[in-house]
Amino acid sequence: MTQAKISIQNLYYTYEDGIEALRDISVDIPPNEIFVLFGPARSGKSTLLRLLNRLSDLDDGLAQGAVYFNGQDVFTRSMNVSDLRRRISMVFAIPTPLPGSIYDNLTYGLKMAGIREKGELDRRVEQSLKQSALWDEVKDRLGSSAFALSGGQKQRLCLARSLALEPDVVVLDNPTSGLDPISTATVEESLYSLKERYTIIMVPHSVQQAARVADRAGFLLDGELVEVGKADKLFVQPQDQRTEDYITGRFG
Amino acid sequence: MTSKPSLATPSRTAEDAPRLRIGEWIIENLIRLAGLSTIVIIGLIFLFLLREGGPAFLDIPLRQLFGTRWYPIEGIYGLAPLLVGSLLVTVGAVIIAVPLGLITAIYLGEIAPPWQREILKPLIEMLAGIPSIVLGFLGWVALAPLIQNAGAATGLTAFTGAVILAYMSLPTIISISEDALYAVPKEYRDGALAIGATQWQTIWRVVLPAARSGIVIAVMLGIGRAIGETMAVMMVTGNAANIPAFGSGMIFEPVRTMTATIAAEMGEVAQGSLHYNTLFGIGIVLFVITFAINSLAGRIVGTRGARRSGGKL
Repeated sequence: MTQAKISIQNLYYTYEDGIEALRDISVDIPPNEIFVLFGPARSGKSTLLRLLNRLSDLDDGLAQGAVYFNGQDVFTRSMNVSDLRRRISMVFAIPTPLPGSIYDNLTYGLKMAGIREKGELDRRVEQSLKQSALWDEVKDRLGSSAFALSGGQKQRLCLARSLALEPDVVVLDNPTSGLDPISTATVEESLYSLKERYTIIMVPHSVQQAARVADRAGFLLDGELVEVGKADKLFVQPQDQRTEDYITGRFG
Repeated sequence: MTSKPSLATPSRTAEDAPRLRIGEWIIENLIRLAGLSTIVIIGLIFLFLLREGGPAFLDIPLRQLFGTRWYPIEGIYGLAPLLVGSLLVTVGAVIIAVPLGLITAIYLGEIAPPWQREILKPLIEMLAGIPSIVLGFLGWVALAPLIQNAGAATGLTAFTGAVILAYMSLPTIISISEDALYAVPKEYRDGALAIGATQWQTIWRVVLPAARSGIVIAVMLGIGRAIGETMAVMMVTGNAANIPAFGSGMIFEPVRTMTATIAAEMGEVAQGSLHYNTLFGIGIVLFVITFAINSLAGRIVGTRGARRSGGKL
């Protein structure tokens, strides 16, 4: 078996006020797959995602357990957090274009990583925009403000911004929350084509979306990872009653 | 079919209207009165300034008015020394206060742990509450000897005034720019950090540009506070109405600002005399400068605001 891209072992997370957000999470995420993490609101999905690239450093809470990325513990002191976040890149539910032009948005991360050569920047901009299916719409106005884009375009811009870094893992926290069905389909299609190069971890908008895009899925409920399995089994024949209840719409 | 609801709606509002409308009318007009009175008062102040100060610009030959000699006793009224004095002190204060204020605001808003913020913010607000005369006193007793010991001919210099003024405008600059930083959505920071930015890169490339308009307002208000200040400046700048020799040492020479001149000489002047008119003329110049700064700030902020909201649509 190939080595897991990300391996989470006995991970607990407790908020400052003592509330346990994640309880004993253990899961291996193999490379070049779309791993979908689904469950009802406030079940700890975003919290788990933010732990993967240590964005959780910004939050007041305590993590126990381990997250291994390519076999390396991400919580060690010596870990270069900026470098980790370039390799495990994240896209949020609310698109977050930064002030500046479309081109600026895509090159922020690259410049901060020390890449300054114009040819390389241009190549990465074009490649990432094509991967996120935005190139045709914006190729003639890379210099105009990123705020002028539509909601769906902004979200694909943020995806492109992550991809421009050529990361190992792309983490998406409900990337289609504010999008219309057509834009959603566009984003989903680009995800399909991306898994050849990247490992994708995603919190979906709905169970339907989870079933559409997932290779492998995990059901998270009240901070507990109830069930993990291949998508074609988990969504058809769930092993746990709670998973079945959620999938069939009995709650949540 | 459509006529039924359209008839029903107006009849209901007509029923409730009389009582509601009297209250509305009173409140609306009270607000209008308050707003208009401000405008009228400002207009009256400006008219008064023009009436009292205008003759100075008509009676004194322009060459003398912008000349370098301010000797009211001999009837020579050159505003240049006062303009230069105000300029030196204000620019000095801005050079000290803006970087210091911005850095403090960034520290408070972005870096300091909560417990430090809880101590520092009230302290800074307290700094704003110190009466200017007390700060002037402090400059006179504590700062001036330091500067004299450092090698200046006297401790009462433009630089002393600039430092005191800087500390007076710091609370304004800090608290307003910190508010501006605070208003930057958390998503921006997450977005920047998630693509590998360090904390400093996030602040420099994302948070500061996003808060730019608020910071411009903070700086402009700080300058406005500095240029209009009188008492503290009068105490510590030496009150010599001459232009220091141009050079790097000019900031360590005594000067006199426009505001200090008005305050110092107003009490001894005969009402209606040319000297009296000239002091009001200085008031007009101050008014014009502050007005220019404010409208410049408004313009910078205005265009950026328009561009941003235009972008959103």
